Amino acid sequence: MSFHPNEVARRARAASFILAGAIVFLASAFFRTQILEHAAYTLQSETNRLREVPLPAPRATIYDRNGAIIAENLPGYSVSILSKTAESLRTALRGLSGVINLTPEQIEAAVRRFRSAPNRPTVVLADASFDVVSVLEEHRVDFPGLIIQAAPKRYYPDKDAVATFVGYTGEITESELNSRQYRGYKSGQEVGKAGLERQYESQIRGKEGTHFVEVDARGRVVGEAGGRGDIAPESADPLYTNIDMDLQRFAASLFGDTLQGGVMAIEPKTGEVLAIHSAPSFDPNRFIGGVSTEYYSQLRDDPRRPLYNKVIQGRYPPGSIFKLATAIMGLEAGIVSLDDRMPQPCTGGYYYGNRYFRCWDRKGHGDVNLAQAIEKSCDVYFYQLGLKLGITRMLAGGVSLRMNDKSGIDLPNETRPIWPFAAEYFDKKYGPGGWSNGVLLSLSIGQGENSQTVANMARFYTALATDGSVVRPEIVRRQTERSRVFKLTPEQLSGLQRALAGVVSSRGTAAGAQIHGVVIAGKTGTAQSGVYRNGVELNHAWFAGYAPADDPKIVVAVMLELVPYHGSVAARIASQMIEHYLKRPTIQGAQLEGD
Amino acid sequence: MIRKNVSDYPLVVLALLLSAYGIAVVYSAGQTDFPVAYIEGAWKRQLAWFVISLGGAYLLSRASVRLVDWMTVPLYWFGIALLVITLIFGSGAGTAASVKGWLTIAGVRIGQPAELAKLTVVLMLARVLAARKEAPKSLLDLWKPAFVVGLPWLLIMAQPDLGSGIVFIGIFFALLYWSGVSWQLLALIASPAVSLILAFSTGLWGAWFLILIALVLYYRPYMVEGVVLVLANVAMGVIAPLLWERLAPYQQRRLLVFLDPSADPRASGYHVLQSQVAIGSGGWFGKGYTLGTQKRLAFLPAQHTDFIFSVVGEELGFIGVTLALALFLALFLRVVRVAARANDSFGSLVAFGLGASWFVHVVVNVGMTLNLMPITGIPLPFFSYGGSFMLASWLAIGVLLRISSEGRGRADTLAV
Repeated sequence: MSFHPNEVARRARAASFILAGAIVFLASAFFRTQILEHAAYTLQSETNRLREVPLPAPRATIYDRNGAIIAENLPGYSVSILSKTAESLRTALRGLSGVINLTPEQIEAAVRRFRSAPNRPTVVLADASFDVVSVLEEHRVDFPGLIIQAAPKRYYPDKDAVATFVGYTGEITESELNSRQYRGYKSGQEVGKAGLERQYESQIRGKEGTHFVEVDARGRVVGEAGGRGDIAPESADPLYTNIDMDLQRFAASLFGDTLQGGVMAIEPKTGEVLAIHSAPSFDPNRFIGGVSTEYYSQLRDDPRRPLYNKVIQGRYPPGSIFKLATAIMGLEAGIVSLDDRMPQPCTGGYYYGNRYFRCWDRKGHGDVNLAQAIEKSCDVYFYQLGLKLGITRMLAGGVSLRMNDKSGIDLPNETRPIWPFAAEYFDKKYGPGGWSNGVLLSLSIGQGENSQTVANMARFYTALATDGSVVRPEIVRRQTERSRVFKLTPEQLSGLQRALAGVVSSRGTAAGAQIHGVVIAGKTGTAQSGVYRNGVELNHAWFAGYAPADDPKIVVAVMLELVPYHGSVAARIASQMIEHYLKRPTIQGAQLEGD
Repeated sequence: MIRKNVSDYPLVVLALLLSAYGIAVVYSAGQTDFPVAYIEGAWKRQLAWFVISLGGAYLLSRASVRLVDWMTVPLYWFGIALLVITLIFGSGAGTAASVKGWLTIAGVRIGQPAELAKLTVVLMLARVLAARKEAPKSLLDLWKPAFVVGLPWLLIMAQPDLGSGIVFIGIFFALLYWSGVSWQLLALIASPAVSLILAFSTGLWGAWFLILIALVLYYRPYMVEGVVLVLANVAMGVIAPLLWERLAPYQQRRLLVFLDPSADPRASGYHVLQSQVAIGSGGWFGKGYTLGTQKRLAFLPAQHTDFIFSVVGEELGFIGVTLALALFLALFLRVVRVAARANDSFGSLVAFGLGASWFVHVVVNVGMTLNLMPITGIPLPFFSYGGSFMLASWLAIGVLLRISSEGRGRADTLAV
């Protein structure tokens, strides 16, 4: 080899340049990665090590009109697991079920939640008992991805008494997640499922916070992420309702466990819903964190249908409480006055064509005028009034009295009442010529093709309690929306109101519902149901009315479903509520001060 | 021959600094949130090996270069023998379980003969090249050096250990260069390999082929050699796709991932990507000694061996990286100086070869952490955990010290 010193020195110089060049090149590559691209890699490193654990926001507290709590949040615990794949989740869950009881359904539900939001901790138990949490804490080391956190738990102190309107919450379903309404929601979150919880979800929900935990490459939770503070959840502002919890509880207690039906009480001028109850009810607390199969099937299979809202969803023939609508139509049309009598006096029934239509009182009411017919609820009088009106005016009158409209109450899933919009309805149903004016007889006394919700009947009676304007029932809202549905002269209106007061007097059908010191005005109704028990046809017993008669403060509509009673029993319930509401010393005092 | 025994203090100090730095990082590599006992205790074993290595280096520094020269041939064949035994009885380890790189006796892993072979090949190659009066000028002159490197290279590639294979090729070219082979001839020797790589793009390969023709015309080798070279390049261009087909899917994936690590972030590209994230998130000053999250949380693979430099980058930042690279550069320059001052060609070639071996290790290993090089299980000298390599590196230091002490001029200056 050539080893002349000069040659060697030259090669050594060249080699040194190559070495230095290579090292500088490497250093520059590090400069680019560590300095120039630092931010991007830092982000990636943080994403690697940090997992976001959602901190559920407490839902808004719901208050009644006097500040009593309807819905609140109790401290609770939720159990979730962080995992990288569905398989590792399954393995972890199998391990967990050795320590706490997990049903195969719970495991499958957790896997489904994981699939729709793999980057969030998968909720295993939305509402874990303290015992379960203690057991899990003991075995924490065995389940590296386990996250146990405080989670506010919805609680309704009045249980069954508020279920009708407050509803309940539950885990968001997959179909809800896919719907536009729930954009931005994530799997495992709690949403309002019924009642106010659902209606005002966006106001009640609050804003979820974030807690950062550090995980390793295998998804094991290492600890709290140092330096990365929590984003605190934000609770929503409280939701104030018009409900009067005292009256609400009282209404629920009147139904007890035996009666089924619905009741609604409204302030007639503002539409404030004071009480709304459907019986039998259910305990909404048992729906929180997932309803048990037993409880749900018990509710579902109960023939009295506790999950069915009998105030806004159930439709029932209104019976005689509808006679006021017939009377208003007659007065408006000018074909009758309060003192007018019908051609045939009541002898306990009425022949139309070859059919005999009975009056409810087979003894007959004799020759009565309109006011007396209302007090006695004489069917024969209203048969003839209906025939005088004719089908066109009858149907149009019902439509303008909003008999086929929803009440507009701020609750989800209200049902539209059934009222024929025009004579074509009958043509369609029975074929042209397949029906006669006989349908008028049924319609005039609130039977036939007429099914009303309790809410809509309550709304109709707000018009009678005021100047002929119905008011939209409001549980939360405070914008009163009133609309005039009939126009009577002051004399006609006060005549009708006097007749209604006569109903709850010794002369009327609700004589037993009188209370001391307050004049109640209203109308009973007893609608045939077609359902027989022990050979007796059961009725839907109605009462709709208001008090005090001279200055109405409350409108009450009561419907007892499938009872062997008459409307007078419903009137007793209504009068007890009215008495409770108007005669309550504290509230009276408060109202006086307010005035 | 006890003359100026340990006189090259800068060389010793640099090696000591690098070893101390390395052991400190091996310690940090074991500090994870879910500690692995084997990795957690690695620094103690590394420290023990370091002490043993110091003794070995001291002993070797007492041995005359003549003695080393005399021992070269038996050592070389001993190394070859170990490689053959390993190929037959060897076992895999750790992440490279399928690679038969470990010499195992009765289930106990003794070491990686490839590390010893790197030393013996340097010695043997130096001896062969030093024996010549002139630098090789033609391909025919190169058969002997090619054989010296080729034999162990084939044995190692059969394991298969691609990383060590690259080191042998690096040593081969470095020593040819240091013995005075012209760069044109080196380029011609390397040309078939270049063809192999460029064959995947017809345009690039065509351009390279034109350069090759120009090079042949300029250098004017023997006619036969020239023809052989050109034909070899053509052949490589043709067989490259066939070779690609022959590669195992994991090898193909590794090569593809080298070209684009984000193509497969969860599988093959995962290691490189996580290493880049670790280094990039280090910034100027790093996340602090032992505090790297990528390492602590096990996102970083083989953090105590192949990817130890990623720990440096993550925890000590660009400053720590620059310090390590500067120490390496200083070591290399010092070794070049030792080679340049050696009083005979054998010593000079040995010194240069040892330095070249480290250089290839550093470039390939460090380059790998930033995806500048494909992933090959090649350790970082003085840093990566591993007894054989620590010992081999310090034995090399011992030899270098001896060569330095026998060399001309003052030993304790840093100038080249």
